[in-house]
Amino acid sequence: MKQAKKTIDGEVVYRGRSMGQETWRRLKKNKGAMIGIAFLILLILATTIANFVYDYDTDIIAMSRDRFLAPCKDHIFGTDNMGRDIFARVIYGAKYSLFISLGSTAIGLLVGLFLGALAGYYGGLIDNVIMRLTDIFYSIPYIMIAVVVVSLLGTSTMSLLFAMALGTFSAFARITRASIMTVRDQEFIEAGYAMGLPTWKIIIKHVLPNCLSPIIVQTTLKVGANIISASSLSFLGVGVTPPTPEWGAMLSDGRSYIRSSGWMCLFPGLAIMFTVLALNLLGDGLRDAMDPKLKK
Amino acid sequence: MFRYILKRLVIMVPTLLITSLLIFWAMDLAGGDPVDQILPENASVAQRDAMRQQMGFNDPFMIRYLRYIKGIVTGDMGKSYISGEDVFKTFMGRLHMTLLLGGTALIFACIISIPLGIYTALHENTWKDTAAMVFALFGQSMPNFWLGLMLILLFSLKLGLLPSGGTGGIRYLILPSVTVGLSLAALLTRTTRSAMLDVIRQDYMTTARAKGASYQRVIYNHGLRNALIPIITAIGMQFSYVMTGSALAETVFGWPGIGRLVVESINKRDTPMVTGSIILCCVLMAVINLSVDIIYAFCDPRIKAQYSSKG
Repeated sequence: MKQAKKTIDGEVVYRGRSMGQETWRRLKKNKGAMIGIAFLILLILATTIANFVYDYDTDIIAMSRDRFLAPCKDHIFGTDNMGRDIFARVIYGAKYSLFISLGSTAIGLLVGLFLGALAGYYGGLIDNVIMRLTDIFYSIPYIMIAVVVVSLLGTSTMSLLFAMALGTFSAFARITRASIMTVRDQEFIEAGYAMGLPTWKIIIKHVLPNCLSPIIVQTTLKVGANIISASSLSFLGVGVTPPTPEWGAMLSDGRSYIRSSGWMCLFPGLAIMFTVLALNLLGDGLRDAMDPKLKK
Repeated sequence: MFRYILKRLVIMVPTLLITSLLIFWAMDLAGGDPVDQILPENASVAQRDAMRQQMGFNDPFMIRYLRYIKGIVTGDMGKSYISGEDVFKTFMGRLHMTLLLGGTALIFACIISIPLGIYTALHENTWKDTAAMVFALFGQSMPNFWLGLMLILLFSLKLGLLPSGGTGGIRYLILPSVTVGLSLAALLTRTTRSAMLDVIRQDYMTTARAKGASYQRVIYNHGLRNALIPIITAIGMQFSYVMTGSALAETVFGWPGIGRLVVESINKRDTPMVTGSIILCCVLMAVINLSVDIIYAFCDPRIKAQYSSKG
């Protein structure tokens, strides 16, 4: 795993690659992961552009006379029951799904890391209390958590985000705890203590970086899973509500017209599926790229 | 083993108490004034006060919570504010429909995924393997309620083969169970494949073949039995997913299970029904998770020994 980097006074100096460089080098060879990354970049670009091009009040939620048009040249995804262009809504609406799933995963990740690190590092009573608490959230279906949170805080994007973070943190807490327990007794941790480092510094600088790979992989997959969860909750009416062009809310609208206008249900669902597929491809690629067993 | 089960049951009680306290507290804050929902709008202030007194809404929070817990134990969880139906009875009356749907979905998922997983592991890196893995990847990336809508579109509306919703014979069960089961099948296919790949490289597989056991026998008796533990773990972890998936499929197909009960009650702001159903769901999940852990022990003598030694 050595690589000729540069020469100093005619002598070749070998330097190993960092974990990030090594992962990226191997990820580049994975076709699926590259397709996933390309799709995600494209989607983020498209929704950014759409948010400049389309005006929310006139293009996204305003009614028009062209109701229930099947996909055609002017409206490539067709129009819905209010005569709104579905293509514009799908592209514009990507930002809601991405924001909610990224936001809830990020909050869940931070809380999970913190609790998992505490539980795994200290063990004993702290471990027991924290893990029983996460078990509770782990075993309740996220829909039930969301129902409780939404009845408490009302239906809004922020309460949906918060509800999903509650459903997410337990998985991260478990993974962090498990990986920390594997490194906590190793010599380099003891060396840290011998050098007089404070515990929090040892956890953040020496323990966590050694547990990163499973956490990164899980984060990627969780963002995808949370896109599905967010749209499911919106579909049930406990998430983002119409007329906001969130994909799940659009499917909920389309369901009533499935007999006559199937395309209203088709395209928002395809958008969800391909976005999640891209994230899953990336997650799988990262898993392979970071697995030391597969290193060549 | 018996002591292990007993210990788990003892831990379950405080866990469920805390869960129900959290849910009761949140729903209590969220519910608003229940008297507004029970009495007609033109009721006088005196009538409202009398109602509050009679129902015990004026009591302190902890008293009401303890009364509620007592109710759970005796099967009396109050009545719906909207329909006046008993919460416990309504829940129990709908439970079997969800169990039927979830159970069928699980069986469907296992029937597809375990053979497919074994097959792909034995044909690693061939086009058959790749095709199955692409299928699994798509299956995992699809929101299942959307799959349900697409199945309705294809099989009910275009082809007219199966009903698009409601209940009745087996024909009514097919589309909802496929809806819930497909992404589960995708996940289990991947789990089975990687578990089998781990197992078939073990030395005892070669030894068994060298001793003259047939290929079939080695794969199924020596291989699958050892691969079964991660598969069961994966199934066990998916129960809360099955519940969620059922709630969505129930909404799409108009299936009268508990998932739809919760969704309908929340839309009607029927607080006792929502609180009761969610708490009962948590009890159900706790019981299912414990059962899964016990099933492990029966599948793997190593785990059983671990439980017994820890006591």
